[in-house]
Amino acid sequence: MAAVGDARGARPVSPASTLAVLERALTVYRRVWRGSVFSGFLFPVMFLVAFGIGVGGRVGQVGGVDYLAWIVPGVLAATAFQTAVGECAFPVFGDFRWTRAYHAMRATPVRVGDMVAGWLLYIVVRVEIATAAFLLVSALFGALRSPWAPLTPLVCALVALAAAAPMMGVAARVEHDGWFALVFRFVVIPSTLFGGVFFPVERLPAVVRPLAWLSPLWHGAELNRAATLGGVPPWPVAAHLGVLVAFAAAGAVLAWRCFSRRLED
Amino acid sequence: MAEQPLIFARGLVKRFGDFTAVDGIDLSVAPGEAFGFLGPNGAGKSSTMRMIGCVSLPTAGELRILGMDPARQGPAIRARLGVCPQLDNLDPDLTVEENLITYARYFGMPRGLARRRAAELLEFVRLADRAGGKVEPLSGGMKRRLTIARALVNEPDIVLLDEPTTGLDPQARHLLWERLFQLKRRGVTLVLTTHYMDEAEQLCDRLVVMDGGRIVAQGSPRALIAEHSTPEVVELRYGQESPAEVAVKLAGVGRRVDALPDRVLVYAEDGDAAAAQAHERGPAPASVLVRRSTLEDVFLHLTGRTLVD
Repeated sequence: MAAVGDARGARPVSPASTLAVLERALTVYRRVWRGSVFSGFLFPVMFLVAFGIGVGGRVGQVGGVDYLAWIVPGVLAATAFQTAVGECAFPVFGDFRWTRAYHAMRATPVRVGDMVAGWLLYIVVRVEIATAAFLLVSALFGALRSPWAPLTPLVCALVALAAAAPMMGVAARVEHDGWFALVFRFVVIPSTLFGGVFFPVERLPAVVRPLAWLSPLWHGAELNRAATLGGVPPWPVAAHLGVLVAFAAAGAVLAWRCFSRRLED
Repeated sequence: MAEQPLIFARGLVKRFGDFTAVDGIDLSVAPGEAFGFLGPNGAGKSSTMRMIGCVSLPTAGELRILGMDPARQGPAIRARLGVCPQLDNLDPDLTVEENLITYARYFGMPRGLARRRAAELLEFVRLADRAGGKVEPLSGGMKRRLTIARALVNEPDIVLLDEPTTGLDPQARHLLWERLFQLKRRGVTLVLTTHYMDEAEQLCDRLVVMDGGRIVAQGSPRALIAEHSTPEVVELRYGQESPAEVAVKLAGVGRRVDALPDRVLVYAEDGDAAAAQAHERGPAPASVLVRRSTLEDVFLHLTGRTLVD
């Protein structure tokens, strides 16, 4: 399917237009950033207090480190994952259905590829802000144990792209926002609970373990854990990265198709 | 040699599944012209506009905008168009001014220039005092003016206006017409759709009348009236008698007699003389109105239907 009016073989994305789309998202975000940074701090602190200190006090050590330090990298990845999915659900759906912002862009030289790429960049910015807040809190709790810890924002950016791109496709495709409740119930929450965030997936029965491998969150959590604790992830690093890149790439193609279809008439 | 048309179409067709929205139309719009598509809802005006705006591809036929092919040069064409869509799609999360600046950035305009341009345009559409305010509290007319300002942000060669005054109150409509007239005087090429006769007569140098996806007539408003109607029209309303019965009795009065559900129309060179004749031939009318012919009469004559129910 070719996007309407775009030459076949032409570049699907133009840097200037993509930045213009990012700029619009940031202009809107500027109004609400205080609240989002505040909750960006509050969320990890609540998690660390409840699970790290509350639950961790009874659990003791996991994998040779205290429970708090063990869950920090997982919660970090989960924050990236949930922020990405959340910001690609109602905001994208609404820009098709309510504000018709994408229809407005469609009348300009901005291409579908620019709309997708611009929003993905915005998601990365959002996730990096949340990640930075979380890392700061984690450092204060003494949960970062390795000099590789500064790599976690890069992992989180990849997790965000892997989750955001397919979610954008879904948000552009669905006819009712009721689908988002299903995505949260059957994808986001199970991923967070069983994706290696709060306990190692090895504790799961062998038959359901592959389900965790299917979630970008597990790959991100394991890479983050290797980075903050200085260990070796269960799969080769390249394999974990490969899965995340594959999700992001396939998701971007899906998003591009769903956007094109929604804007076609 | 004649100037190259800005918009050129031959045998243009748009189909959605089995439904043919635009059924083989030919068009040519010259630089500086104010060109109108007139027709009832569902006539194919908006589908044609979307094809001209390069957001919808023709199913068949030839279309050239600014000498370019929409199928291959969409972004390049859209860079030189200004679009005021039928449904407002202003960004409610941005201020009035930010709406213009953000939109200018979609055209690759540098920030400083975008800012200056936004200020000029807000002045032009008389919204300068609302620059920092939200979009939501603006009235319908103000929102439409802001949408028009947004359509002008890239200094377009062609401005496309899809039903620019639908849903606005008379005062808002007149202000909008006045602003559009200013644009026209500056030489901006305007292409608009409307189902309002007065709008077409006010703004358009030339128009096509569309019905069922086809062009049923074209020309200047005056030429269309001269060709398809008479200078004057007498509107007769009766008490008991049905307009259809009266129309039979009035046959031969004026040049043509039409019966509508609520009145009889007599088309004539001289309205007063025709009204007098109608008095003699038929029952006494409850009311008589002699008026000049309008595009409404042209449309009625061409399609047998009124434009706005």
